Amino acid sequence: MRGAKGLGWGILGVLSLILLWEGYKLVGPAEGVVVGDDGSAGSGTILLPRTHERAMPHVWDMAARLFESTSGGDSPPLIVSVANAALLTLGIAALGLVIGVTVGMALGLVMQRWRLAEWGLLPWIIVSQTVPLIAFAPVINSIGNQIDRGGTPWPQWLSVAVIASYLAFFPVAVGALRGLESPDRIHLDLMKSYAAGYRTTLLKLRLPASVPHLLPALRLGAANAVLGVVVAEVSIGMRGGLGRMLIQLAGQASGDPAAPWGPIFGSVVLGLIAAGSIAVLGVGLKKYRRGEASA
Amino acid sequence: MRHTTRRGLAVASTVAIASLALAACSSSESEEEPTTSASGTTEDFEPLTSVSLQLQWLPQAQFAGYYVALDQGYFEEEGFTDVEIIPSGGDIVPQDALVAGDVDFAVAWVPKVLGTLEATGVELTDIAQVFHSSGTLQVAWADSGIESVADFEGKRIGSWGFGNEWEIFAAMAAEGLDSTTVEITTQDFSMNALLDGDVDAAQAMTYNEWAQVLEVVNPETGELYQPEDFTVISYEDTEGAMLQDAIWADTARLESDPAYADAAVRFLKAITKGWLYARDNPEDAAAIVYDYAVNAELAYPVGPTHQLWMMNETNKLIWTGDDFGVIDSAAWDKTVAGALSATNQDGLNLITTEPADSAYSNEYIEAALAALEEEGVDVSGDYTEIDVTLTEGGQ
Repeated sequence: MRGAKGLGWGILGVLSLILLWEGYKLVGPAEGVVVGDDGSAGSGTILLPRTHERAMPHVWDMAARLFESTSGGDSPPLIVSVANAALLTLGIAALGLVIGVTVGMALGLVMQRWRLAEWGLLPWIIVSQTVPLIAFAPVINSIGNQIDRGGTPWPQWLSVAVIASYLAFFPVAVGALRGLESPDRIHLDLMKSYAAGYRTTLLKLRLPASVPHLLPALRLGAANAVLGVVVAEVSIGMRGGLGRMLIQLAGQASGDPAAPWGPIFGSVVLGLIAAGSIAVLGVGLKKYRRGEASA
Repeated sequence: MRHTTRRGLAVASTVAIASLALAACSSSESEEEPTTSASGTTEDFEPLTSVSLQLQWLPQAQFAGYYVALDQGYFEEEGFTDVEIIPSGGDIVPQDALVAGDVDFAVAWVPKVLGTLEATGVELTDIAQVFHSSGTLQVAWADSGIESVADFEGKRIGSWGFGNEWEIFAAMAAEGLDSTTVEITTQDFSMNALLDGDVDAAQAMTYNEWAQVLEVVNPETGELYQPEDFTVISYEDTEGAMLQDAIWADTARLESDPAYADAAVRFLKAITKGWLYARDNPEDAAAIVYDYAVNAELAYPVGPTHQLWMMNETNKLIWTGDDFGVIDSAAWDKTVAGALSATNQDGLNLITTEPADSAYSNEYIEAALAALEEEGVDVSGDYTEIDVTLTEGGQ
């Protein structure tokens, strides 16, 4: 029953989004609303967006475009190209998430074990996230290229996965630290009275107690991994994934405005898959999820 | 916990499949040891059999000659067993890749490379001038009152930036106009800025963006926009015209490495044959590039009619009556003069001193053309324009 209700809400959400889009397109002025316009090109500030076909294609045109060929000629339907690109992006995002979770968990464990490590590492971990991805991506790419030229194969998608993991590890590291430190004093004292060592305390108490903190962190990490892959694909120019496809189709949007929406829908689906897979993980870890803060 | 195991396996298999697929893609570029040369030279070096060419943009008919040479086996005929053509989506600057040693040759516009040469002090040589005339346009609405570069002052002018803007400033400098009065707006790669009136005049290449404008339906007529709806200023007709697509090589390597110099000549022979094929068979050449772009390069090019338009316009820029690839010193000097005189909207110069003499050389292309003639390849002749009817979205 709960599933059906959720599905109903989901469909309702999508429908209301479509209604909002088409409703605004119907009543909004074709050239939008601009204030402070002095008559010259590009002057003034756009208050309300344009609604003409190039700016806001009809939802049904976007849907129909999915079934037309991607680049004309005998190229496959757009939906097939999007699916292929999305699979590649998803695979890299999954790898990025695995790397990110591994690194994040390791950092969390180290920081929990040694207070000195927490003092030393946590500020750096936070600072690391202030480096913009588009500045960081080319650095990783050129390091990867150098390794590749040095004889060790380093394909471009590995660079993309590393860049994605850079975004994914952060919430996991912070969530793991908070989770591992979450057991009450009384429980820790109980473990101590059993003469349990670090390892036993970790396995029996700290790790189970960290689940309610880890799951929201993983959800963030998974979404970050997908986002990171798409952005990294664009900034280092990796071919075959959704990011590059989006950029290229957007460049042709004057004559074919519905086409870029294909990869946009693809990214939305990927986001849902990423969040959904963490939800499935959550079902598996149900018995540890008491008192989880909703995130 | 069974769930997590299964999910773990699913993730692992996805990753494994992805990596296998990618490994399969890359293994086609296997490294082969240089063996014997097809040209059978007797000099004391091992001829190069593997070269790479860096393009300045995505695979499209602008680069037809290179893909045709690949497709028709012209590189093999010149003794190359492994040729890699590397597209760029703006993420790779061709001359930088060449300087870094990532590639052996690069396609780049002359003014952009001149800027790099002066800024970094490296040496590169233009060994073949593929495009003899400039394909840059500035497109305005027919009723905008912009008829020539002289009308640019005080207007909002679109450009892609990244060195694509220097012809605008060189043309303005030649007219004695003040470039600081112009507001340069960075365009994206669609033509929406012009169509939406966000700029007064948008930059367009004859072979690409100009066609993209003409592939859009005019909401007033319900048919495609027509050339009469716009005023088109061609930089080729102004003093700002600069040389564009050229093949660049590493100067120091040309001098010190006889195998590289030899490879340069053979490489130019192969691409000359490729461009000759594209000149004489524009339909086939456009189809070859389109096929490479869609299938081999995982690119999403604008459709086949757009590629044919691009092939036709590219041929017009290449075959201007002069020998293929030979650098016309007058055109070179004009480019240098334009680059020296141009100041951008911030008052900055592209270059302040003349480039070194090594910045271009006709030695290699002339050797290539002579060798081709000896082999009975007819390198003379002109391009006969074809009529291309554009369709909505270029499909």
